[in-house]
Amino acid sequence: MKKTILTVAFAAVTAVLVLAATANASSAGGGATARSKLTLLAPAAPGGGWDGFARESQQALRANGIVNNARVINVPGAGGTIGLGQVAQMDGREDLLLATGAAMMGGIELSTADVSFDDVTLIARVADDYNVLVVPKDSPYETIDEFTAAWAADPGGTAIAGGSLGSIDHLLSGLLGREIGIDPAAVNYVAYAGGGEVLTSLLSNTASAGISSYNDFRDQIEAGSVRALGTSAAEPVEGIEVPTFIESGYDVEMSNWRGYAAPPGISEEARQELVDIVTEMHATPEWDDAMSRNRWSDSYATDGEFQDFIDTESLRVASIVEELGL
Amino acid sequence: MDQLGNLLEGFSVALTPMNLVFLVIGAVLGTAVGVLPGLGSAMAVALLLPVTFSLDPTGAFIMFASIYFGGLFGDSTSGILLNTPGNSSAIATSFEGHRMAKDGRAAKALGTAAIGAFMGGMIATTLVVFFSPYLVRLATLFGPAEYFALAAFAFVAISAVVAESVVRGLIALGIGLALAMVGIDGQSGAARFTLGMPEFFDGISIIVVTVGLLAMGEVLHVASRIHREGSATRVTTQGSPYLNWREFKQALPAFLRGTSFGLPFGAIPVGGSEVPTFLAYGTEKKLAKRRGDTMFGGRGAIQGVAGPEAAGNATAGTAMGALLALGLPTSATAAMMLAAFQQYGMQPGPLLFERSADLVWPLLASLFVGLVILLIINLPFASVWAKLLLVPKHYLYAGVAVFSVFGVYAIASSMKDLWLLVAIGVLGFVMRRFAIPLAPVLIAAILGPLAETELRRALAVSEGDVGILVASPISVTLYAIMAIAILISIVQHLRHRRAAAL
Repeated sequence: MKKTILTVAFAAVTAVLVLAATANASSAGGGATARSKLTLLAPAAPGGGWDGFARESQQALRANGIVNNARVINVPGAGGTIGLGQVAQMDGREDLLLATGAAMMGGIELSTADVSFDDVTLIARVADDYNVLVVPKDSPYETIDEFTAAWAADPGGTAIAGGSLGSIDHLLSGLLGREIGIDPAAVNYVAYAGGGEVLTSLLSNTASAGISSYNDFRDQIEAGSVRALGTSAAEPVEGIEVPTFIESGYDVEMSNWRGYAAPPGISEEARQELVDIVTEMHATPEWDDAMSRNRWSDSYATDGEFQDFIDTESLRVASIVEELGL
Repeated sequence: MDQLGNLLEGFSVALTPMNLVFLVIGAVLGTAVGVLPGLGSAMAVALLLPVTFSLDPTGAFIMFASIYFGGLFGDSTSGILLNTPGNSSAIATSFEGHRMAKDGRAAKALGTAAIGAFMGGMIATTLVVFFSPYLVRLATLFGPAEYFALAAFAFVAISAVVAESVVRGLIALGIGLALAMVGIDGQSGAARFTLGMPEFFDGISIIVVTVGLLAMGEVLHVASRIHREGSATRVTTQGSPYLNWREFKQALPAFLRGTSFGLPFGAIPVGGSEVPTFLAYGTEKKLAKRRGDTMFGGRGAIQGVAGPEAAGNATAGTAMGALLALGLPTSATAAMMLAAFQQYGMQPGPLLFERSADLVWPLLASLFVGLVILLIINLPFASVWAKLLLVPKHYLYAGVAVFSVFGVYAIASSMKDLWLLVAIGVLGFVMRRFAIPLAPVLIAAILGPLAETELRRALAVSEGDVGILVASPISVTLYAIMAIAILISIVQHLRHRRAAAL
């Protein structure tokens, strides 16, 4: 009997060790090339935005054999800057991509650690989505103009619900406030953990308005439980019937872009190889499918174009973060 | 009875042989991952998500359903046997469960936990199928002021587990609040107790605190006494996991009470199943005291396992309802499931049942089938698990230490978490040495931030007017119940004192 138990225990231990070793093979990746084994580092917890982006990429890469083995690891924390900081330390590692995006820009500004996009190798911007300003269905405001008039009259009494501090939602509330003459620091912004909680704060009439990604609210808008007043897209997006802020006469736009970066100090060939991998992934039918499912719009850009975008957008984010008083 | 027809159709999909195989695989994997310290069902779903890519969506969802509940069946096992709960949802179960195990009734405790998890899950899932639109309305009734009242209410209700020594209890509460305070403050953006290190910006994960304090602390505690106690505490592991009629009659009200605590908590975002499991434990403890039950807190009472375990799974059940009908993830596991759903193009929310009926009903049906399979797997296995106690302590606890480290590292691949694990483990050891209770630390770490955030949100929305705190019938009712409960306990206390003086 005792022997059986030991055998069973041994088998269980072995099985779990194998599982743990697979989960933890990140440090054992030396010597592999990006084509044979690619690690996608999502700087967010499982279920977060970057995690979903990385896992969609993983699926497209796998299904088409672009790389033999693609896996996702999660390094959550501090608006993605924990992951950014780790990648910045991986000098010369050529088989890893860091999922990145707009939210990391706010994270960089808020973080006391001295890391930024200058410390990594930029690879590509891949997809964008947009934020939307919504009010509960029984709200008195039917249009964006009615809402901004009321908001400007009483900034303190108009609570705006959105994601964590420094998120796109928060930055957007500051940009909108500034546009209609409210000091961004005076915006009564109530931070929640995610789109779902922002929604309940609207349905319970806690907040006057909410800002979150269009995807989080898409079905609620369609079902009529909330009313969309405007989106942050620069150009009208196909399939989104809500007017953009610009169309309504407010000079406010901000995209929630997602893309990839690589560790610093990699060779030019390795960089080109990673750009090729992302480019090939971007062309797959699985990726098309992922984009239409998530209502992302295509914003594919690499090399100089991506670098220029990062440079100007970083400056803009830095200025609004300062005005928000963070 | 539209739902019934749809559900039956769902069953016809879930019960095909291939999908049953997926269900069993998911149940076994979910339970196995749940048993490991630090790895809960959220991690199980995350680890197994890539595996399901090769399945068709229905098969994948069916597997998710059983993994989801499997983690909850598994996490109380190590808590009951070794006093090292694998996850914060199993802490409350461990108190009485481990006492039962030390009393030689490990199999019975595991069996009770399995039945409790089954009943909680079953009742909650049934509610979700027929009443999810109403369940969802619960979430919209709660604003920050109501959540604050709820947190305050829970603090008072749970204080039963703190009560033995006021000073020691308060020390533990203080430690818990201090641990919970670390990180960027969500409302102002100020960094608190982070020592300037970005690694601490997101605070200390409750999983690290749980595993460190309870699992690592226990390992150190056992190691420090291993030669002193010798083999005197050798436990018997005989006994059946099945409840006889008398035991079932004892446990049934506890199952139902636990379930009724768990149900509402799944629908509102207050951090998952910790609060209802503690509330269920607190209630059972009070009831046992009133009955004059000496088993409770001594040799271990069956109700103390039944209540929390049913509460935990009931929460998970209605959390699934909130997730499907509102797209609101009320726990980490639900957030992971949401991501998994979206990957298959299924967007939880008000239009889900119209748009993805072909996926939702099989999913709901497989929740039922999954629970049955989990019960079938777990009940007979209870005696096998109980045999784990026959493994010599030095092997057993070394294993627990190893798995704790693996589990914590798997959450965020962070070295910081490992150092914290060791430090909190030492803290747990010291607290055991000086008989400071551990539960208040976790209660404070869970409820403290909730109360703080909601209070400040409420005041932000009302522009500093404290009147908002008592502006709704829900919060007034909660405060009233709380006041009555405090009054009753004061009166009882005085009576006891007078009785003692006579």
